[in-house]
Amino acid sequence: MRTYVGIDLGSTTTKAVVIDQNCQVLGRGITNSRSNYATAARVAGEEARIDGRLTLFRRALEQNGELGSLFIDFLSVLERSFRLEQYLEQLADLEQTCYGQFRGGQFANLEAQVRSALHEVFARVRAEAAAMFAPGAKRKSDFFRDIAGARFYEHAEAVAKEVSFPYEVLLNFYDKSIIEVENRPPSGGLSDKFRRALGRALAADRIIGKEAARLQSIIEDSLNIELEEDYLVGTGYGRVTLPFSKEHIRSEILCHGLGAHMMYPKTRTVLDIGGQDTKGIQIDDHGIVTNFQMNDRCAAGCGRYLGYIADEMSIGLHELGPMAMKSDRPAKINSTCTVFAGAELRDRLSLGEKREDIVAGLHRAIILRAISIISRAGGVTDEFTFTGGVAKNEAAVRELRLLIRENYGDVTININPDSIYTGALGAAEFARRSYEGGARTEAHA
Amino acid sequence: MNSNAPTAKARVKEVEKDASMQKQKEMMAGHYERLTSAAETGAKVCSTFVPGNLNELIGCFDLLNNLPEVNAIQNGLRRTSGQFVLEAEKIGHSEDVCTYVKSDIGMMAKGNLAPNGKKFPNPDVLLLSYTGCFTFMKWFELLREQFKCETIMLHTPYLADGKITRNMIEYMVKQLRDEVIPKLERVSGVKFDIDRLRERLGKSAQAEEDLVHVLQSAKHTPSPIDAYFGGIYYIGPIFGAFRGTDQAIDYYRFLRAEIDERLAQGKGPVTPEGELGRERYRLVVEGPPNYTNFRQFWKMFYDEGAVVVASSYTKVGGVYDFGFRHDASRPLESLAEYCLGVYTNRSLPMRIDMLTNYLEEYQADGLLINSIKSCNSFSAGQLLMMREVERRTGKPAAFIESDLVDPRYFSAANIKNRLESYFQMIEQRRASVRPAA
Repeated sequence: MRTYVGIDLGSTTTKAVVIDQNCQVLGRGITNSRSNYATAARVAGEEARIDGRLTLFRRALEQNGELGSLFIDFLSVLERSFRLEQYLEQLADLEQTCYGQFRGGQFANLEAQVRSALHEVFARVRAEAAAMFAPGAKRKSDFFRDIAGARFYEHAEAVAKEVSFPYEVLLNFYDKSIIEVENRPPSGGLSDKFRRALGRALAADRIIGKEAARLQSIIEDSLNIELEEDYLVGTGYGRVTLPFSKEHIRSEILCHGLGAHMMYPKTRTVLDIGGQDTKGIQIDDHGIVTNFQMNDRCAAGCGRYLGYIADEMSIGLHELGPMAMKSDRPAKINSTCTVFAGAELRDRLSLGEKREDIVAGLHRAIILRAISIISRAGGVTDEFTFTGGVAKNEAAVRELRLLIRENYGDVTININPDSIYTGALGAAEFARRSYEGGARTEAHA
Repeated sequence: MNSNAPTAKARVKEVEKDASMQKQKEMMAGHYERLTSAAETGAKVCSTFVPGNLNELIGCFDLLNNLPEVNAIQNGLRRTSGQFVLEAEKIGHSEDVCTYVKSDIGMMAKGNLAPNGKKFPNPDVLLLSYTGCFTFMKWFELLREQFKCETIMLHTPYLADGKITRNMIEYMVKQLRDEVIPKLERVSGVKFDIDRLRERLGKSAQAEEDLVHVLQSAKHTPSPIDAYFGGIYYIGPIFGAFRGTDQAIDYYRFLRAEIDERLAQGKGPVTPEGELGRERYRLVVEGPPNYTNFRQFWKMFYDEGAVVVASSYTKVGGVYDFGFRHDASRPLESLAEYCLGVYTNRSLPMRIDMLTNYLEEYQADGLLINSIKSCNSFSAGQLLMMREVERRTGKPAAFIESDLVDPRYFSAANIKNRLESYFQMIEQRRASVRPAA
């Protein structure tokens, strides 16, 4: 099966989308960009391929009539089992890497003690793994570093206390090992992992006999479909750091325009608020960019700004929007300078303003700036599509809807739940077109 | 590391320059030498600005011309403007003030050295030919305060209605006759001789003819010149101290022959890394370039095969491509017409007409605007101009932002990102109008 991959290397996260030859999305993957774009691209690509397999399973099940539809729910069990497989595999890698740190001889005199403490910590982390991937379990992040890190820290602290051993030594082992593990390609093929996950899922769902055999055969058939990666296009800020040749690189402005067009073909204006830039893009009825504007030298009012505010308030980025939604009197904030944001925040708090009002005001300020960028690009033409990480923030969306109505009247505003993948989707479509247009894949490393 | 490996420095290729660039460099060096030895030679110095400069007239009084904004450009190219800008800010000039001004003020505060390392002479007279830039007036106010010398202002009426009227010319000729010339006579001690002026104006016209020929060579595909980055070298002598001299005639004759040769051989422009390969994009650029990262900025174009075929910036010291030439038979009137017609004195609709004309005449793919952070007189209205040019030509336009000589306002990643997006946008639009294969 022919597939085309688009990778959007953003300043905060790296996204990958795999599409098939009919422009249908097979899979999406996301990871944190770290400071290593090559790894981020690899991990995001792998995640998209995993998601792609799940799509193939779903398609296969759907084609299998009644029996198939009966098992659609089984897919989520399978996915969770797969994630658990993946997690356990990386956890084992992390543990071995930690032990490998003794080779340097630095902790030779403490080796027995440290080894036994680490062993205990990992045993505890492993023991709770299944529960973390149980139905309905919530994970704060999908990135291994975040999940494993949080669990390791907690158990290491407890174990260190129990055996009267310095906690920092254990952390040191973790810190030294996590980067290595993160940057290491996963061992073994995806298919084997899916097979193991399938076994685990069948057991969990107590599916046996003929039904189990039928399911196994359907999944096996889809695993046997070879996904040929025919062409890849990279976009986003990290694109130039990758070993892609020029034909495999597109500007994120073009990719966002095309991606938005694919999601909503009637789109004429696109607003993308990313980590470090805000783009206003006009496209025609083929998704071709006719005009664009973006913030200049200064990243004031971009996604990073919200991240910085969240850090200042010691809350999670995802908590900002809900907090702002509680406000009924947003503060008037003019400056969207990220550097001044902390001072502005503390100043207003000291004046007795409510946190939710200040945060609501900050959201309004960044949207005002975005509106100014859009107007420089020629204003809003129906339909309007909002993309990028900030499109997930309900308070930002509320302000945007208000300001669009005030300035441009009734305009259809599209916000896709997968809007963060817009750039990667456009890139994947560029990859498909390049391939169909005769370009071949030998140019990409 | 292999000890036989060439050092990083040795690996850097020599910057390629064509013969005319070398010649231009020598002329500029000679000019700075004349200026910095004014004390020994007893020459008197007139500071004035590029737009609306009256070089032929200044020459009639044996005055040397010193152009503060050209000095700022030199400091930008030599990467010394950053420290001068900071120095001027230390003195009290705000962050938003024109960075030519701040580079100049900072340079004076830090020894006032010319590119040859010798001290600039103090001006004997400040001649402000006011052609649309309000900041120039304030700049000379500061210089007058510092040097306590004679100041002359020639007021050029703004072409708000898009045309030069008889009244305007009479008004300017009267100023020249009653104010400018008598004051220059007084400062220089030289009696005005109109025949000397006529002779110089005749020489100007000859050089102008060749300059226009060179700039219009970019109408060919591929263009033998880059009319923005290369164009800045080409306009140097005529916008600087050489208009109306034999040296300028020689230089432009030489340049014309060089460009004709390139044209005959079907060659593209010379970039600092050698001759441009395939011409992929033909652009019209509005606005000055960034000088602190000039090479890096240029590279973003030639690496992508982008050639600037026409630019408004190479018209700030005189618009010659629509027929105007200095005219020996109407000396003062001709100087007035020259000042009235310079790019900075043109209204927004006139600028739109010009850019539209360039896009069509030079068969360009689109318009690029480099908006200068600290130059309001250039930047005001640029977005509206862009929209109108887009509307009239149907060709795509793009907008980037930087500064003249303040390195703090050059964000390479941001500019490169926009330029690449723009080039790809042109490519995409080309593909969409191409009939399906």
